[in-house]
Amino acid sequence: MKKRYIILAAYLVLIMLPIYWMLNMSLRTNADIMAQLVFIPTDITFANYTKIFTDASWYSGYINSIIYVVLNTIICLVTALPAAYAFSRYSFIGDKHVFFWLLTNRMAPAAVFLLPFFQLYSTFNLIDTHIAVALAHCLFNLPLTVWILEGFISGVPREIDETAFIDGYKFPRFFFFVFIPLIRSGIGVAAFFCFMFSWVELLFARTLTTTAAKPIAAIMTRTVSASGLDWGLLAAAGILTIVPGALVIWFVRNYLAKGFALGRV
Amino acid sequence: MKKWQDNKGWLFILPVFLIVAFSAIIPLMTVVNYSIQDIFGPGQRIFVGTEWFKETLTDPRLHEALWRQLLFSGLVLLIEMPLGIAIALTMPTKKGLGASLCLVLVALPLLIPWNVIGTIWIIFTRPDIGLMGALINNMGISFDHTASGLHAWITLMLMEVWHWTPLVILLAYAGLRSIPEAYYQAARIDGASAWAIFKYIQLPKMRGVLTIALLLRFMDSFLIYAEPFVLTGGGPGNATTFLSIYLVKIAVGQFDLGPAGAFSLIYFLIVLLFCYLFYQVLLNVGKGEAS
Amino acid sequence: MAQICLDEIAHSYLPFPKTDEDYALKRIHNIWNDGGAYALLGPSGCGKTTLLNIISGLLKPSKGRVRFDETDVTELPPEKRNIAQVFQFPVLYDTMSVFNNLAFPLKNRGFDKAYITSRVTEIAKILELETVLHKKAEGLGADAKQKISLGRGLVREDVAAILFDEPLTVIDPQLKWQLRCKLKEIHEQLKLTLIYVTHDQVEALTFADQIIVMYEGWIVQIGTPQELFEYPDHKFVGYFIGSPGMNFLPCIMENDGVRVGRFHIPVDEKTAALGKKATGRLELGIRPLYLKIHAREMADSFQVPVQSVEDQGSCQVVTLAFSEHRIKARIAENDPAPESMAWVSFPKEWIRLFADDQLLK
Repeated sequence: MKKRYIILAAYLVLIMLPIYWMLNMSLRTNADIMAQLVFIPTDITFANYTKIFTDASWYSGYINSIIYVVLNTIICLVTALPAAYAFSRYSFIGDKHVFFWLLTNRMAPAAVFLLPFFQLYSTFNLIDTHIAVALAHCLFNLPLTVWILEGFISGVPREIDETAFIDGYKFPRFFFFVFIPLIRSGIGVAAFFCFMFSWVELLFARTLTTTAAKPIAAIMTRTVSASGLDWGLLAAAGILTIVPGALVIWFVRNYLAKGFALGRV
Repeated sequence: MKKWQDNKGWLFILPVFLIVAFSAIIPLMTVVNYSIQDIFGPGQRIFVGTEWFKETLTDPRLHEALWRQLLFSGLVLLIEMPLGIAIALTMPTKKGLGASLCLVLVALPLLIPWNVIGTIWIIFTRPDIGLMGALINNMGISFDHTASGLHAWITLMLMEVWHWTPLVILLAYAGLRSIPEAYYQAARIDGASAWAIFKYIQLPKMRGVLTIALLLRFMDSFLIYAEPFVLTGGGPGNATTFLSIYLVKIAVGQFDLGPAGAFSLIYFLIVLLFCYLFYQVLLNVGKGEAS
Repeated sequence: MAQICLDEIAHSYLPFPKTDEDYALKRIHNIWNDGGAYALLGPSGCGKTTLLNIISGLLKPSKGRVRFDETDVTELPPEKRNIAQVFQFPVLYDTMSVFNNLAFPLKNRGFDKAYITSRVTEIAKILELETVLHKKAEGLGADAKQKISLGRGLVREDVAAILFDEPLTVIDPQLKWQLRCKLKEIHEQLKLTLIYVTHDQVEALTFADQIIVMYEGWIVQIGTPQELFEYPDHKFVGYFIGSPGMNFLPCIMENDGVRVGRFHIPVDEKTAALGKKATGRLELGIRPLYLKIHAREMADSFQVPVQSVEDQGSCQVVTLAFSEHRIKARIAENDPAPESMAWVSFPKEWIRLFADDQLLK
C-alpha cells in the first residue's frame, strides 16, 4: 500500500523536475545561469518577467495568442452545439459518414494542410489576422468539440427533450433555456479543450502570421534560433504560457480523460 | 439509444460542415492539384499525372523518414503504455483532494504549448545549463543531443514520454475508476492475488480505454512536429527528421509543391486508415462495458 | 459451516466517531445458527450492507468481535474466512469461461486439477449450468451470471456461510421466483448458513426462516415472518412489514380500553394491564388486514366516513377518517366496497399497544 505511493511520488517529482528547472531559470539573470548550476536560486530576480510585461514585442505575442484562441473557442462552441445535438438525437442521411469525416480532420497531419492554408488565406487576404489562425484551428478543434459535446449530450436522456416538447416548448426556447443548462459542464469541458489545443498549437499559428498577429509560440521560436540566447527570458516566457492551462485545469480535472478521448470514456 | 429519423439534422450540422469544408476540402483539393502538376510560378504549370507519386514513393529519404517515424512511434508506445498503466495503478483510489491533486499534476505536461515543451527540454538537457545534461556529463558520459544522433533520439524519446504518458495515465485511471468496488471485493473473497486481480479484472475492464489510448498515442506520435522542430530541427543530420518535418522541409523549405502534394496525400491516406480503425473502436467502446 | 456470533459489534466510517449519530452500526449483539436462512431487511442506509461486509471481512468493525464457531475471525481478511458473497449485480471475470470462473477460487487456493474439475462439474450440475460450462461468461443472461457468482461460493467445500447482497435486483421478475426457489433448494440440499440482505419484504418473507429487521444502525427485531407480522417489536417494523403498513393511533388508557379522539376502543384485559403500567407516549397499533368493516352498526363498531377505496388487484384498501386520524383497512377483492360511511371495529386479539414506539409485552 505504501510502496505504490512512493512510486507515484517519484513519478510526480520526475514530471515536475523539467518544469521546475525552467521556473528556476526564469528567476535568474542570464549571466547567473551561464555561470553556475544552482538547484535553489539564491538571487531571485523578476527582471525577466518585467521585461516581458513591458516590451510590446513580447507581451503582444500573448495578446495575439489569447485573441485567436478565444475567437476559435467561440466559433467552435457556437457551431458545434447544434451539430452535436443533431448527431446525438437525429439519424439522417450520411450522418455516420460526416461524423467519421470530422474525426479524420482531428487526426489530419497539420503539415499536409500548411501550404494550401497559406495559399487559401492569401487569396482571401487573411494572412496575419487573428481570424485566420482561429479558422485554421477549427480544422482540428471543431471535430473535437463536436465529439466531446456529443458524448455529453448522449448522456442526457432523450425523454427530457420529448417532455419539453409535449409541454409546449418551441425548439429554440427549449434549446437555450432547458438543454444548454443541462449540459453546461460538457460545454465547459469542450471550451477548455478548444482553448488548450488552440493554445498549444504552433505550426499553423506560425505559418499564417507574420507580425501583427504573431503568437507567443512563434516569438519564442524566433528567440531560440537567434544567437546569444537570453535563457532567463525564454524560460520566463515559457512559464507564462503554462499559467493559463494550469489555472483552469482544476475545474475540468474529472473530465480530463473524457476530453482527451473525444468524449468517449 | 434510438434516434429520431429526420433529415433536418443536416440543418444543425450545416455551420460545422461549412467551416470544416472550407478548411479541409478546399485545401485538400489544392493538394491534389499540386500533386498532379508541375508548378513553376503563377500561371505556369504542366499536368504531370502520377509522376510525383512515383517519385515520392521511390524517394529513399522518404522511406528513411517513414521507417524512422514507425520506429519512433513503436518505441514510444512500448514505453508509454506500460508506464501509463503502472502509474495509473498507483494513483489514489478514493475521490478527494489527494486524487484531484495527483490528477492535475499528472496532466500538467499535456497543457504546455508544444514548442515550450521543446524549450523546456533544451534547457533541461543542455550540457552547460541543463540539470540533466550537466548531471550526465558530470558522471563522465558526454551527452549532447545536438552532436549525436543517438543522444538526440534519447532526448526526444524522453521528451515524448514525459509529454504524453500523462494521457495514457488519465485514460487508464478513468478506466480503473469505472470498475465497481464489488469486483475487488469478490476477488478478495475468491482469494485472488494482486496479479490475478490485474490480469482478470483490471486489464479486461480497461480494454476499451486502453485501445483508445493506444490509437491516440500512435496517431499523435505519427504526426509529431513541433517538439523535434524546436529541440533538434530534424538533426543532427537527418537523425530526427520524421514525416511531418520532412514534409515541411520539402513544401516550405524547398517549395517543391508537386512532390509535397503527393507526399501529403500518401501521408494522409496512411493516417486515414488508422483513423478508421480508431473510429470503430470509439463507437464500440461504451457497449461492451455497460453490463 | 459454522455458527456466526457477532459480539457487541459497532461500526463507524468516520475515523473518530463521537456521538451515536456517527455510527453506521450502533450495537449489534447476536448469534446466527449454523444452517439457518436469515434475511436482513431494512430500508436503504439502515446499515445492512455494512453488517454484511463486517461478516465477510471486507470491513473491520470499529468495535466488537466476530466469531465463527469458537474462532475469532475479526482480524482475518475475507479470503481466510471461508465465506462467499453474491453481490447486487453479477460480478464475473469476463475474459474467462464459465468453468474457469467457477474454478477460480479453487485455483487460487492451490487445489489439484482433478479435484477442481470434479468439484466444478458437481456444482454446475446443481446450478444447472452444465450446458454453458465452456462458454464465455460475458454473453450470458443476468440470471445465469448470478448463478455463476453463487457457484463461485459453492465450489468451496469449507465455506461457512453464503452472503447475498440484494442479489435479485437485476433479474427479471419472472426469473426472480425461479432463482429464489433454486436458492431454497440449495439451502436444503447443502445445509449452508445463508444470509440474505434485501429491502424487499416479500423476498425476505419467502426466503428466510428468521428475519432481522434493521433501522438506522439498530437491529429492531429478529423473528419469524409470522412474529414480525403479528407482534412487531417496534413501530418501524409495523410500518415496514405488511402492505399497507400497520395503523398507529395515539391514545390514552380509559377504563377497560383506550380513547382515540372521540372514540373509546375496548381492549382485552392483558393489553389493558400492559397499557396501565406503561409510561411514555402511548399508541394503538393494528394491522389493516385485521380491521373489520361493516355495512351497518355492530357491537363495538364506530361509524366513520370513507375517504377512498383503492383496488390493488388481490385486495382492496379502504382509507377511513377515524376521529382526526386516518386509518387503512384491507378487505378481500370481492367484498362489497363501502360507500360514503362505514362501521369499523377493532378485534381485541389484534390490538397492540406501543409506548414510545416500543411494543408493550
